[in-house]
Amino acid sequence: MAHAYTPGLKVTKGTLLRKSRILPLKGEVLVKAGDAVEPDQVVARTHLPGEVMMVNVANQLGVPPEDVAECMIKKPGDSVEDGEVIGRAKSFFGLFKSEAKANMTGSFESVSFVTGQAVLRGAPIPVEVKAYIHGKVVEVIEQEGVVVETWASFVQGIFGIGGESHGEIKVACTDPGQKLTEEKIDASFEGKIVVGGELVTAEALRKAIRVKARGVISGGFNDKDLKDFLGYDLGVAITGHEDIGITLVVTEGFGEIAMAQKTHELLCGLEGKTASINGATQIRAGVIRPEVVIPFEGTADTREASTVAFTSGLENGSPVRIIRHPYFGNLGKVSDLPPELQVLESGSKARVLEVEFPDGKKAIIPRANVELLED
Amino acid sequence: MNIKPEDIKIILATDCGSTTTKAILIQKTGDEYRQTHRGEAPTTVEAPFEDVTMGVLNSVAEVAELSGRRLISEDGKIITPANGNEGCDIYISTSSAGGGLQMMVAGVVRKMTAESAERAALGAGSIVMDVIASNDKRLPHQQIERIRHLRPDMILLSGGVDGGTTTHVVALAELIAAADPRPRLGSGYKLPVIYAGNKDATDAVKERLEGKTDLSTVENIRPVLERENLRPAREKIHDLFMEHVMAQAPGYGKLMTWTHAPIMPTPGAVGSILKTIADRQGIEAVGVDIGGATTDIFSVFQSKFNRTVSANLGMSYSISNVFAETGLENVMRWVPFTMDELDLRNRIKNKMIRPTTIPQSIRELVLEQAVAKEALRLAFVQHKEFATELKGVQQQRTIGDTFSQASSGATLVNMSTLDLLVGSGGVLSHAPRMHQTTMMMIDAFLPEKVTRLAKDSIFMMPHLGVLAQVHPKAATEVFEKDCLIYLGTCVAPVGEGKIGKDVLEYEATLPGGKTESGTLPFGSMKLIPLGIGEKARLKIKGLRGFDLGEGRGDSLDQEVDGGVVGLVIDFRGRPFRIPEKEADRLAKLKEWMAALDVYPAEALEKLIGK
Repeated sequence: MAHAYTPGLKVTKGTLLRKSRILPLKGEVLVKAGDAVEPDQVVARTHLPGEVMMVNVANQLGVPPEDVAECMIKKPGDSVEDGEVIGRAKSFFGLFKSEAKANMTGSFESVSFVTGQAVLRGAPIPVEVKAYIHGKVVEVIEQEGVVVETWASFVQGIFGIGGESHGEIKVACTDPGQKLTEEKIDASFEGKIVVGGELVTAEALRKAIRVKARGVISGGFNDKDLKDFLGYDLGVAITGHEDIGITLVVTEGFGEIAMAQKTHELLCGLEGKTASINGATQIRAGVIRPEVVIPFEGTADTREASTVAFTSGLENGSPVRIIRHPYFGNLGKVSDLPPELQVLESGSKARVLEVEFPDGKKAIIPRANVELLED
Repeated sequence: MNIKPEDIKIILATDCGSTTTKAILIQKTGDEYRQTHRGEAPTTVEAPFEDVTMGVLNSVAEVAELSGRRLISEDGKIITPANGNEGCDIYISTSSAGGGLQMMVAGVVRKMTAESAERAALGAGSIVMDVIASNDKRLPHQQIERIRHLRPDMILLSGGVDGGTTTHVVALAELIAAADPRPRLGSGYKLPVIYAGNKDATDAVKERLEGKTDLSTVENIRPVLERENLRPAREKIHDLFMEHVMAQAPGYGKLMTWTHAPIMPTPGAVGSILKTIADRQGIEAVGVDIGGATTDIFSVFQSKFNRTVSANLGMSYSISNVFAETGLENVMRWVPFTMDELDLRNRIKNKMIRPTTIPQSIRELVLEQAVAKEALRLAFVQHKEFATELKGVQQQRTIGDTFSQASSGATLVNMSTLDLLVGSGGVLSHAPRMHQTTMMMIDAFLPEKVTRLAKDSIFMMPHLGVLAQVHPKAATEVFEKDCLIYLGTCVAPVGEGKIGKDVLEYEATLPGGKTESGTLPFGSMKLIPLGIGEKARLKIKGLRGFDLGEGRGDSLDQEVDGGVVGLVIDFRGRPFRIPEKEADRLAKLKEWMAALDVYPAEALEKLIGK
């Protein structure tokens, strides 16, 4: 039977995690299968072709493109310096000289006798891929990268900013319903990944940057603060490249929303352990969710038994969170799943479910507006 | 496809959108084809599923449940052919999931060959990520950096009329070669590049791009300045889309083996159906498809078809961008209650990160519809700028043209000659009341004079667009009987008036001979019930300063069509302005919403008080 549901984000005490660490272009893999790796360790390296600049030689020399060949001083493969003459033409019985000069330091790649343009290429740009997590290399993909594997506790967020980082977990909010404010952060959070509660304020985030914390994990964050923080309104949710000095992972959503109990307990229980964090988010076309990875040594018995949401769907008794107003952020259990469409206050007809809250009260919620929680 | 069209009795069609996958069942009863059932489920291209067929099966399972017809086998495949109460005769699909087809185009002159290339790409159903032109004011290294950064699915290169100069288009080829672009999906294959420019430059282009890219050559899209030849390029784009892009996106390889006809990009399918309507009826039409990620607008003016994709204007993934582009004030001007900026921003961002949620309360509904109006409005602005006459064409100019400063490149979009406005996409098609759809379309597009309004009943234009490729009869029948729901007609005098001064006099002769007449003060709207299939004779007395037909002061006396909502007289003026004073604005919003019966009376009172 088909269900309309929103599968929840993954939060688990133990899972066998594999991360592909792949270069954008073919290069050199620096480790081998079986090697233990650290987050900051470079596992593969390559060079991106350098920046390209075009020089309109024909224009600079005042000759037609087909005559450029005989004017060139440099040939493909030669190195060039910025300002160096690469072509020369004489006119009027040799009395006048015109010159074409390089506009960058690099190498002379090619010249076209159709367009009269030369292509110069700057020094190759080194690109490195790091391991990102503690783990073991289990697969080497020749000239491309590796797959690193580890047993880990894993928390997936709903939104984030900032890229890959790592540090020790340190709890600032002992209760998931607390706000992470500026005064809760001090110099002892240097190098740490801060565990917050229902909201991290912009001031707290700035303080975390000042004390050189590596990351912040919070239940909620205000969009108004996000705009102030980034300096612009985030229109499309593709993040991870912000150079802001910290990585933020939001686990529940925008506004004041208590971090899920399970998530908060898990993170508090791992205080002192090293975690890898990544705020990169992409909401569409190949979704990427921000994450926190806390590796540990494990065996095949370690994996936490958990119901996998997307194979079982919603059932009576399923724990859910409501992800739209009204009741946004509230937790409850499914108490009924009427099959027929019902009319909502908005006038829409939708498939609904009945949720029972911890205080015993019940509410009818569209199925599209709940998120299944894993036990 | 081996089955003959006349033997097809059960048709299953899906559309894989960026947010939801929609399935419909069409059945032949007697001699006619009718759409009978519909289901939907979240699209599953993303992790943890990364297989679009899961969402397809979920939506088909809903159709199966509602129709009582078994459509999915034990091993999770769609059952074909139909046999008794099981299976379907053909299964077809469209798709815009995974972001659809994303292309870059390049041409020599921005407003000529580059723009033609853009039209070719948009008409093929693509999103155009960037347009590179020799005269686009960027330096070559900036253009190269852009090509490297963007990672399109393919590139369309054009430039130069046949027999013209080759230098510039070859320079563009050199630029692309230097950039060495990488495709978005699948690192192991070469980027498809289509060359559709001056045929005299073909060899030079091949020399530079063959080997580095997967290069194809088609006929010049602008063989002479006065004519566009877009079809060969469009067809090639579609072929490459199927071969490369679709094959790479998660689960599409499997989906392609299930369908009985090539999967079409959703916008390509919607455009084809709109053009069919416009051509068959000899009218000017605008269609809009507002989705979660993008808003597509299609238009047929002066028999010319144009399509734009506003890639970052939509109601879920892109909702935050609508807000960022239009601003808080423009959204809130449509909302008859106040809202804290902090709260509003958070609600919009939460919709963005959890895109499949729906408005439960009336407050949430009003807010979403306000954002939708702005998304539609912005997308239409972009469309009007793009849908223009061919630029670079020498035209005979009269003295009048010179004084009016009309020039080639003027927009083709003329709201005064528009005959039909069709809306589709979740927020329009699923609005709880069609009066709300009507209001959103009127407020966003501001039709002028007499315009018929319709909506795609349950968003099946994509399905019918792809069905038309294999069974035009079925597609047309279902379109005319089940797809379009006529909302009614909007009559909007063009001109600006003064509240408290200008008053319009109208008389409508309804079916059965009854008349409804009265006056309407400037700044107001009036709804006259007139049902589907009904016609009325509407007379409006000429009013100084307002154009209702042939010029200012002209009167109106014509037959108008009804619909589910009826006949709307919109005397708010064109250009349209919302009162700036807060009290006036709230009063007017309430008045218009009540006049068009947009929200239930009790709900409206609850929102804004008595």
